[in-house]
Amino acid sequence: MSQPSNNGVEFWRWQEYHRIMPNIKWTDKDIITAGVDVGSVGSKAAVMVNGQAYSWGITRTGSNSPESANKALDYALVDTGLKVGDLKYIVGTGYGRVNVPMANKAITEIACHAKGANYIWGSTVRTVLDVGGQDIKAIKIDETGRVVSFLMNDKCAAGTGRGMEVFADLLQIPIEEIGGISLKVEKEPEPVSCTCVAFAKTEAMGLLRKGWSKEKVLAAYTRAMAVRMANLINRVGLEKELVVTGGQSKNIGIVSRIETILGVKCLPMPNWREGGLDPMVAGALGAASLAKALYEKARKG
Amino acid sequence: MDLGTQRVQVVVLKDGAVVARAFAYSGFDPTKAAEQAVDEALRNGHLKLSDVNHFAATGSAMDMAPYANSKVSMMGADAKAGVFLVPKARTIIDVGAEEARAVKCDEKGIMVDFVVNERCAAGAGAFIEAMARALEVKLEEMGPLALKAERASPINASCVIFGESDVVSLIHRQESKPEIARAVFDAMADRVSAMVHRLGINPEVVLAGGVAKDPGFVASLNRKLGLNVIIPDNPEYIGALGAALIAATRVKGGA
Repeated sequence: MSQPSNNGVEFWRWQEYHRIMPNIKWTDKDIITAGVDVGSVGSKAAVMVNGQAYSWGITRTGSNSPESANKALDYALVDTGLKVGDLKYIVGTGYGRVNVPMANKAITEIACHAKGANYIWGSTVRTVLDVGGQDIKAIKIDETGRVVSFLMNDKCAAGTGRGMEVFADLLQIPIEEIGGISLKVEKEPEPVSCTCVAFAKTEAMGLLRKGWSKEKVLAAYTRAMAVRMANLINRVGLEKELVVTGGQSKNIGIVSRIETILGVKCLPMPNWREGGLDPMVAGALGAASLAKALYEKARKG
Repeated sequence: MDLGTQRVQVVVLKDGAVVARAFAYSGFDPTKAAEQAVDEALRNGHLKLSDVNHFAATGSAMDMAPYANSKVSMMGADAKAGVFLVPKARTIIDVGAEEARAVKCDEKGIMVDFVVNERCAAGAGAFIEAMARALEVKLEEMGPLALKAERASPINASCVIFGESDVVSLIHRQESKPEIARAVFDAMADRVSAMVHRLGINPEVVLAGGVAKDPGFVASLNRKLGLNVIIPDNPEYIGALGAALIAATRVKGGA
């Protein structure tokens, strides 16, 4: 939801884009599968050729889940020469997974993010922190990307992508810059004691009025959010290697603070702007990967 | 003096009876708001500042209270005033703008146990305000609107931020406003009744705080608890009244 008070400037708006991996070709003989991850804030679709990431698309989720699923998948197929009918098997996932009309099967986003993290970073990943639009999950996985256990913090916007969008609008900073800006403080301030995003609307204004810089306000809130996430990881049991997936994986302010609090480094973020895989698509990639396994199983009978 | 996040309430007691009350909006300077409210209350009671034997402060901003001779915990104030107003009461629920409390007390109005919902807007008046904004209805219209509904719409009721988005999409789907309004109160009543149940329920339950004046919330809470809560007159003054009653016991040379 945009805030009309910002004269129509949508600071919360993040980049929608699609990508095709170079060096991958497909023919009719290949097993082409897709994963469609309809999240509360973003809808992601990924296409795999024989289990290798081939293309993906990321769009904002609208008020209608089936439409958002179609839009994301169409976006992933742009310029690939593929049609939906060419896809051998499609797995739907995410908060809107039951509303993915073209899916052969729906699988929870927890299983898909686990598999996707395993695909992106390899078999050494044991702990996945997935920070989505409306919830935060800490998932323990094995070397094959299967879920061992998980914990989630839901029904509270603090630290989620949606919460960060509210902050971007509140402080009038483009959302893709808030992580970096939150690190521009000489000394890390104490985390705020109240993380409720609804109260932040007035409390952050109070801090600014007291003379705090936007950077300091953002640092104090980001720190508090990172503490919540670190606690969740500790409760599920931190085991290396640790990775972050979901939209907030791109928030350097969050990721670096989690590393400081836990005293471990996350596996490095792939350079998604320049040809690397995007951890925001981890769920869709995992879904596409599981789709391939399901297709092969079905074919064997 | 009860210095809340939204309003400052002042009650003046003389020989154990309320002689005046007044409020002011807290704004960004609760100290100044409290001075104004005290000023007005004293004027209403035809009293001067020097006539007051003891000022007791309570509320989340009690540390910023002017004139304060002592402080009283918010739960202590609720318990004292709840039993003063309704002698049989043993559970006092106080739902304010940014916080909700349930307090269990004995027959003397001494607090025995309590549960607080703090630091989350979903269980307090702020939730109703945010949803009223999203629904584009006035805050005071929310209650009467909810009372018209036979059922509640499904909304994410545990977070104001998600609730706002849900309300917007429900409006787009042309769900009825009364049903959405009822969902807001049902959700809050869920949270508050969970707090009350943690304390153990008894039939004499007092509901106070600013939100007690909302008929929509009262109807939802009564349905949820399966009883009729007792709402005292001027329920938003419960904290100030409790502080004043305790102040009376602290006046040198007896009450």
